[in-house]
Amino acid sequence: MNFEALLLSIRLALCVSAILFVVGVPLAYWLAYSRWRWKFLLEAVVALPLVLPPTVLGFYMLLAMGPRGPLGRLWHAAFGHGLAFTFAGLVIASVLYSFPFAVQPLIVSFETVDRKLLDASAVLGAGRIRTFRRVILPLSVPGIITALVLSFAHTLGEFGVVLMVGGNLAGVTRTVSIDIYDRVQSLDYLAANRAAFLLLVISFAVLSVVYGINRQAGRRQWLPWAAK
Amino acid sequence: MNSANLAARVRKAHRGDTAPSFLLDLNVEVLPGITILFGPSGAGKSTLLDCIAGLTQPDAGRIAIDSEVVFDSEKQVNVPPQRRQIAYVFQSLALFPHMTVEANVGYGLLDAPRQARGRVAEILQMFRVETLRARKPREISGGEKQRVALARSLVTLPRVLLLDEPLSGLDAELKASIIDDLRAWNAARKIPILYVTHSREEVDALGERVIALEHGKIVSEGTPREVLDAPRRRRLAQAAGFENLLSATVVDLREPDGVMRVRLAGSLCEIEVPLGRAAPDDHLRIAIRAGDILLATEPPRALSARNVLEGKIVSLERRGTLIAARVDCGAIFTVHVTPGAERTLELAAGKKVWLVLKTHSCHFVEG
Repeated sequence: MNFEALLLSIRLALCVSAILFVVGVPLAYWLAYSRWRWKFLLEAVVALPLVLPPTVLGFYMLLAMGPRGPLGRLWHAAFGHGLAFTFAGLVIASVLYSFPFAVQPLIVSFETVDRKLLDASAVLGAGRIRTFRRVILPLSVPGIITALVLSFAHTLGEFGVVLMVGGNLAGVTRTVSIDIYDRVQSLDYLAANRAAFLLLVISFAVLSVVYGINRQAGRRQWLPWAAK
Repeated sequence: MNSANLAARVRKAHRGDTAPSFLLDLNVEVLPGITILFGPSGAGKSTLLDCIAGLTQPDAGRIAIDSEVVFDSEKQVNVPPQRRQIAYVFQSLALFPHMTVEANVGYGLLDAPRQARGRVAEILQMFRVETLRARKPREISGGEKQRVALARSLVTLPRVLLLDEPLSGLDAELKASIIDDLRAWNAARKIPILYVTHSREEVDALGERVIALEHGKIVSEGTPREVLDAPRRRRLAQAAGFENLLSATVVDLREPDGVMRVRLAGSLCEIEVPLGRAAPDDHLRIAIRAGDILLATEPPRALSARNVLEGKIVSLERRGTLIAARVDCGAIFTVHVTPGAERTLELAAGKKVWLVLKTHSCHFVEG
């Protein structure tokens, strides 16, 4: 069992979930309530990772993060080293890859909050921020947990993007999924099975949590592939 | 005390998903006390409340509470709802489901000084829901929810209270007791309360003043009896035997005489009618019974009637024992005469005649 790879995967998934929560909540709020006519274009961009092969996303991320890519050059100017094949690069690519898994459950749960409650909050003197904090957020808890858990699980299980952007550097970018691939390549099926089985168990546990919470909240179950 | 008047002039094109589109176009003034906004569903009642509360924006108009303008399309004033100090109880009540009764009622006082928070306990008691303070909305009955929603709105000491069918679905007794509590509260504060309903019984029970709305326009205004009984609405007017319904524009008001002059649409014809709630250039309708019009074949003189119109007979039609004459005076009038009068006066199409209308035979129909 390669614990180094497992810990790296979990660290990556935690970072990505945290960043997606911070970025995803305001974006989802905007997407849920804005009446901007070109909003649908942004919605399409957000959903893009759902349909793109991870290799396509990974390929463009690699180009962007390369020494001559815009992201890579910016990063180099700021930190003195490149972005490709580093943990930070992996986090950025994973955030993009898991974007819809965080943002879509948030949008759905913000949208299902009864508009009359928002109106009631406004006529009672609350501005947008108070309405969001006191009414929308508490009523969206199941959606927020769904978003966090799905971003965590999806990042844990990614393979193609990691391979393209991170490569396979032990302790830096070699996640569990890459490790499994390695073991299979070297015909070490026993070790591959241990890691694969662990991933299977974690994924099942995580999804059970999501469905359980959504059922308790009396809401319709939500997963991105079952979206409207 | 914070007694105030609410004045709203609102124009808004309404595109409903289910109801047919119409133009909300009206001018209301709401005095302290309960004013009922009465009309069928889809008449624009809720849209008007939304405009007043600031939840939706009129296409044009002006809304003011006393001297403070909260919306003015010309001056680009649009105070957001959270700063209008207008309380609004929705039909769905919209209690926050994740908060207790007490937290719901205290929601509007989050910024208020500590002593104001004491009002929460006070108003819970006033509306007889103090024992429910720790319950969630789903754990209390419909009538209790309505009391909590009222308490939540009133605890902020609003300048105006808007109620959108807040008591629908309650039995009459419960309704009356909630209304009594509301009246008791307002006895001290004297704020304008606009109460929307489509139920005639509520109009009868509550009514001080009633404004009736249909297709976005005010069709009548007054006491419950006047509004429910007066044949002012177009449909009712025709049913009540007003054969002549003429569009007109107000020319001027002569208040000391209790009359106003109006010009009939599409003509230069001006007539004098009883003074109504209108301003110069307002459009309105004048209803006149065909049997209340006198017809003369020579220019009448020295009459008490103020309106004498010259015209030509367009057609004559026998209806049972009546002759309906259509007369063109610029506007077309229908006049009833007896067959005997037709013979004596030798009435025929094309003949020049004069119509005589008493001022008080001309009924003013708004909208």
